[in-house]
Amino acid sequence: MENRPLEYDYSVAKMFMFTTIILGIVGMLIGVILAFQLAFPGVNLILGESLAEYTNFSRLRPLHTDAVIFGFTLSGIFATWYYVGQRVLKVSMAESKFLMALGKIHFWLYLVVVAVVVVSLLAGVTSSKEYAEFEWPIDIAVVVVWVTFGMSIFGLIGIRREKSLYISIWYYIATFLGIAMLYLFNNMAIPTMLGTSAAGESGIGAWYHSVSMYAGTNDALVQWWYGHNAVAFGFTVPIVAMIYYFLPKESGQAIYSYKLSLLSFWGLMFVYLWAGGHHLLYSTVPDWMQTMGSIFSIILILPSWGSAINMLLTMKGEWQQVAASPLIKFMVLGSTFYMFSTLEGPIQAIKSVNAIAHFTDWIVGHVHDGVLGWVGFMIMAALYHMAPRVFKREIYSKSLMAAQFWIQTLGVVLYFTSMWIAGITQGMMWRAHDEFGNLAYSFIDTVTVLHPYYTIRGVGGLLYLVGFLMFAYNIYKTMSARPVEERELQNSSPMGA
Amino acid sequence: MVDIAQLQAYGYFTLTILLVIALYGYIYHLYSTKKDADGVDYESYSDMALKDDLGDTPVLPRSDDKEK
Repeated sequence: MENRPLEYDYSVAKMFMFTTIILGIVGMLIGVILAFQLAFPGVNLILGESLAEYTNFSRLRPLHTDAVIFGFTLSGIFATWYYVGQRVLKVSMAESKFLMALGKIHFWLYLVVVAVVVVSLLAGVTSSKEYAEFEWPIDIAVVVVWVTFGMSIFGLIGIRREKSLYISIWYYIATFLGIAMLYLFNNMAIPTMLGTSAAGESGIGAWYHSVSMYAGTNDALVQWWYGHNAVAFGFTVPIVAMIYYFLPKESGQAIYSYKLSLLSFWGLMFVYLWAGGHHLLYSTVPDWMQTMGSIFSIILILPSWGSAINMLLTMKGEWQQVAASPLIKFMVLGSTFYMFSTLEGPIQAIKSVNAIAHFTDWIVGHVHDGVLGWVGFMIMAALYHMAPRVFKREIYSKSLMAAQFWIQTLGVVLYFTSMWIAGITQGMMWRAHDEFGNLAYSFIDTVTVLHPYYTIRGVGGLLYLVGFLMFAYNIYKTMSARPVEERELQNSSPMGA
Repeated sequence: MVDIAQLQAYGYFTLTILLVIALYGYIYHLYSTKKDADGVDYESYSDMALKDDLGDTPVLPRSDDKEK
């Protein structure tokens, strides 16, 4: 036992792989239920009148968003960090008892917070800020989890053998710092029990309730600075970290241009933080700030496409791999969807386009071609690549993976095309008026027209969920598939029939 | 008379120009020097992902005496 050569230790990565899959199923299942609730309102009462409080759209919606963002995606980020981090720094977690213990504490604390979040959101306890619904006691626990993650990152960097930090590590560090800053500032709040009303009452409300430290327009500004950058540092930066490691590794190809990766990194870091104002176009925030949000959103195309093109060109001369390997397919389509959504977003941020797009389903479509096509595909690809190395077994079924790829791709396409049509229809109908300025349509007219598209969206989401269940099954069966030799794990992942 | 809005506008314009110069300067620096301060070609850093077994030689090993 003692003479065993030093190996990378994936125990923490494995634990987070588990939560990625479980929370992915939960979050996506709720998403599908919500989609069908919008198409068929009766689904709100799916468990009967008496439980309607827990099954209606408004109660489940934050559970969906938080489960896929802070459950599925964050777990995926943690799982890949505890895998990629060791490998590119060339240091094993087994070399430090402290880091090993810290990683496990990180996981268990995270799991406790997830459980508390699920219970509190189902109970309807919320601060009512989008993507920041957790009340202050949970916020404090989240900060502790995040600090543990940070200590793991910098601890591992501290004992590294490789002097330079690989580009993915830069992106993981940016994820840590970005979210830390955003989360702290947006969640600044005063517990209501500390306040005194104008009438002199004190100790108002339940102990866990709080009000934001910002008011009115300022609150909206901070909220969307946070909200948009949660997309930046939760859905973009860490996913770019993943693809910069997993695509070169799986394909055996060096990054097309390492210099371009550095350039895009700094471009993304500088530009992204200023783009949040585009969520508040035509609202009460200062006009110059809206314009700034628009302009920075357009500029954002450059660093985003810098990374995406770098990824696609990494496959230069090796395109036959895309046809041969479903795992490469996931990553190449992922970076293609990244290009789509980072072009679509800036278009929506142009003021005149936004006049039609704002508050419509087109926005929902945009978010989902990004998260389903880019974030979801990349995280699943990462886990597929990790599975044979972590379990030392070949991926259970290549054909199942290929079937999953096509089912989910169809799902994503149905999702975003239906939302494009629905959104633009909605935007045009809301604005239509006669020569005296009277609105041409009432709200219910739009609902009637949109019904078929809402149904198609539900079907698209369902297909994606079915694919995700196939993914979960494939990973589960991988744990008992054919054992593989060390040499089979160099680049392309071994797969069973 | 110069009011605060005018000052802001000049400041904004100057900052934009400076950032553009910094960005193009960085691109020029990357592509003309090709190597970083340690004399390693930027492109060879891709090997950190490709050759990432514990036994593989690091692209640039961290030696303790240099680190301190």
